[in-house]
Amino acid sequence: MFDLHGYGPRLLEGAGVTIQLAILSLALAIVLGLLTASAKMSRNWLLHKVATLYTTLIRGVPDLVLMMLLFFGGQMVLNLATDALYDRFGVDWYVNLNAFAAGALTIGFIFGAYMGETFRGAFMAVDHGQIEAGKAYGMSNWLVFRRIRFPLMMRHALPGLSNNWMVLLKTTALVSVIGLSDMVRIAAEASRATHEPFTFLLPVAAIYLLIASVSEWFFARLQKRYDVGFGEH
Amino acid sequence: MADTPIPLEVRNIKKRFGDTEVLKGLSLKARKGDVITLIGASGSGKSTFLRCMNLLEQPDEGDLLVHGEEIRFKQTRHGREPADWKQVVRMRAKLSMVFQSFNLWAHMTLLENVIEAPVHVLGKPKKEAIEQARALLERVGLSARADAYPAQMSGGQQQRGAIARALAMDPEVMLFDEPTSALDPELVGDVLKVMRDLAAEGRTMVVVTHEMSFARDVSSQVIYLHQGLVEEVGPPAEVLGNPQSPRLKQFLAPKY
Amino acid sequence: MDNLTTWFNDLLAGNVIFTPQTLGYYWTGLVTTSQLVFLSLVIGLVLAIPLAIGRSSRHRWISLPIYAYTYVFRGTPLLIQLYIIYYGVVFFDGIQQTFLWPILREAFYPALIAFTLNTAAYTTEIFRGAIKATPRGEIEAARAYGMSQALMMRRIILPSAFRRALPAYGNEVIFMLHASAIASVVTLMDLTGAARFVYARFYAPFEAFLFVAAIYLCLTFAILYFFRYLEKRLLAHLKPA
Repeated sequence: MFDLHGYGPRLLEGAGVTIQLAILSLALAIVLGLLTASAKMSRNWLLHKVATLYTTLIRGVPDLVLMMLLFFGGQMVLNLATDALYDRFGVDWYVNLNAFAAGALTIGFIFGAYMGETFRGAFMAVDHGQIEAGKAYGMSNWLVFRRIRFPLMMRHALPGLSNNWMVLLKTTALVSVIGLSDMVRIAAEASRATHEPFTFLLPVAAIYLLIASVSEWFFARLQKRYDVGFGEH
Repeated sequence: MADTPIPLEVRNIKKRFGDTEVLKGLSLKARKGDVITLIGASGSGKSTFLRCMNLLEQPDEGDLLVHGEEIRFKQTRHGREPADWKQVVRMRAKLSMVFQSFNLWAHMTLLENVIEAPVHVLGKPKKEAIEQARALLERVGLSARADAYPAQMSGGQQQRGAIARALAMDPEVMLFDEPTSALDPELVGDVLKVMRDLAAEGRTMVVVTHEMSFARDVSSQVIYLHQGLVEEVGPPAEVLGNPQSPRLKQFLAPKY
Repeated sequence: MDNLTTWFNDLLAGNVIFTPQTLGYYWTGLVTTSQLVFLSLVIGLVLAIPLAIGRSSRHRWISLPIYAYTYVFRGTPLLIQLYIIYYGVVFFDGIQQTFLWPILREAFYPALIAFTLNTAAYTTEIFRGAIKATPRGEIEAARAYGMSQALMMRRIILPSAFRRALPAYGNEVIFMLHASAIASVVTLMDLTGAARFVYARFYAPFEAFLFVAAIYLCLTFAILYFFRYLEKRLLAHLKPA
């Protein structure tokens, strides 16, 4: 069908990198998002301000710029730190920030802000009476969160979560720009080397569509689970 | 369409939604100046019947005549449809409808709502339409609210505005679909007063309503529908004053 | 004027990175970014209106191909779309000999095409959603007053859908501004491109990228406030007095 000029295995490897990067970033974003949502809902003035500043700044600056800032700036900070270690204590230790870690951190950091908004809205949509009922039956705060608030919140959060995931998946492509060998970078390299852009870039586009379609199906099933007891079905 | 003494006639209208037949053969003849009220319990088919008259619902069977001109239908895969939509558009411009939920266009001011169809459907010059619209708004007591948007008006004002919009079409027949049902009780009176005035000046009207006093005082003919069939029909004094069927008796009996 | 120049030179005196020359790069970058984003948004908007109407059509042979287009362009990264169009043009056999080459050689046009097709796809879906959300009663009233399908679309559905789409479209504009940062990947000297250049030249990541981040932030807020103002004016009719 396609003559991939020997790039086939590397493209597959790149697809693996893309998926790993996306899942790791998602995990990070969910944790950060939950923290941000709680900070925004807390009565602590400072926490609230910090969370608001975080979500505002993140949403005002392009992902790529943030990524470069973290990757190039982070490397510089690391270098300064390791230099200081060497000067002061004679420890010869050098850390190279890798593109995968920088990418996962930045994407997780960016989408943590979006997830924060999603979770906050979802938490606020939960009927307060349900939580009071839990407390009235002697549940601890943690138990109320785990057994009542969280599952009820997820029903409202899933549409936003699924949407964020789709955007996040596409954002992973940007990490190729700072040097990560994901499938986009390998396809672009192959295109330049062989002068056959469509042979490599179209299959990569198809893989993105495939992942998106599978995710859509998965989220639809998940939504059904959390919708149990609500609505007509 | 010629000018005849019978602006609207429907014969043997049948309509089904899925397996349920909601209209089982209904007819009605509106002569010039007639005020026909359709009454009946909810689910009796009175609103669907009215909506079939200007083809917002497509009747599965039956004829529709506007000033004697018959609307042509054809069979398609999806059921029966008008054969010539241009004819339908022409017909609708002669029958103007007032809805239960007003349905004023939310992005236009009241005045813009009133001149919209006259200018763009009838092709009236804008200046003339505005003049006419102001006079109509004056009539329904809304001249002060011409530049307000629907969301800024009370339900009663919106409905009176909607009546002005209907009048601006110089309609042959006005169709009212439960015009006071969505209103707070204290706002019903203003709308009914406007409708009584219209009846008094000889407008031809077909009205679906729950307001028995309006039906009794204003209409020339009352039709009581039950499960898609006409149960009783006649002048209000007969139908409302001396009901024959036990169901109508029960329907008219005071609730408390 | 002289005063201003000396004031400006004093301000920059002793500053190694932000010289008049590097500020010139940022300025060029701002112009390129603005042109790219503005042009792609305007053309994309013009394309999206008929596409959204077609996408809302009952006829599947009209709506389905449009859906396929929006699905593909919304489901894949813009970077891939940019690469496909950029390399597709550059490596197209024989294009170097045609009169189009001087235009297409510049990365600006492939980038403009990619951005336009991308934003048109998103905007189409935004408008489709807004068209679908037209209150049923308003459509019925239009029909009952004898409006034809085309007249109803022009006078009732589209004007009310545009207003409803405004908040979502504002987000799309901001999204496009941010997404345009990848133009620097295909050698364009846009805002991000200028920052990368300054970073590479002075090895000063914080100065280079924080400065450009601040510019993007200002642009984002400007767009945000512009749309808020528009919403206030155009959506006033939906608020009760």
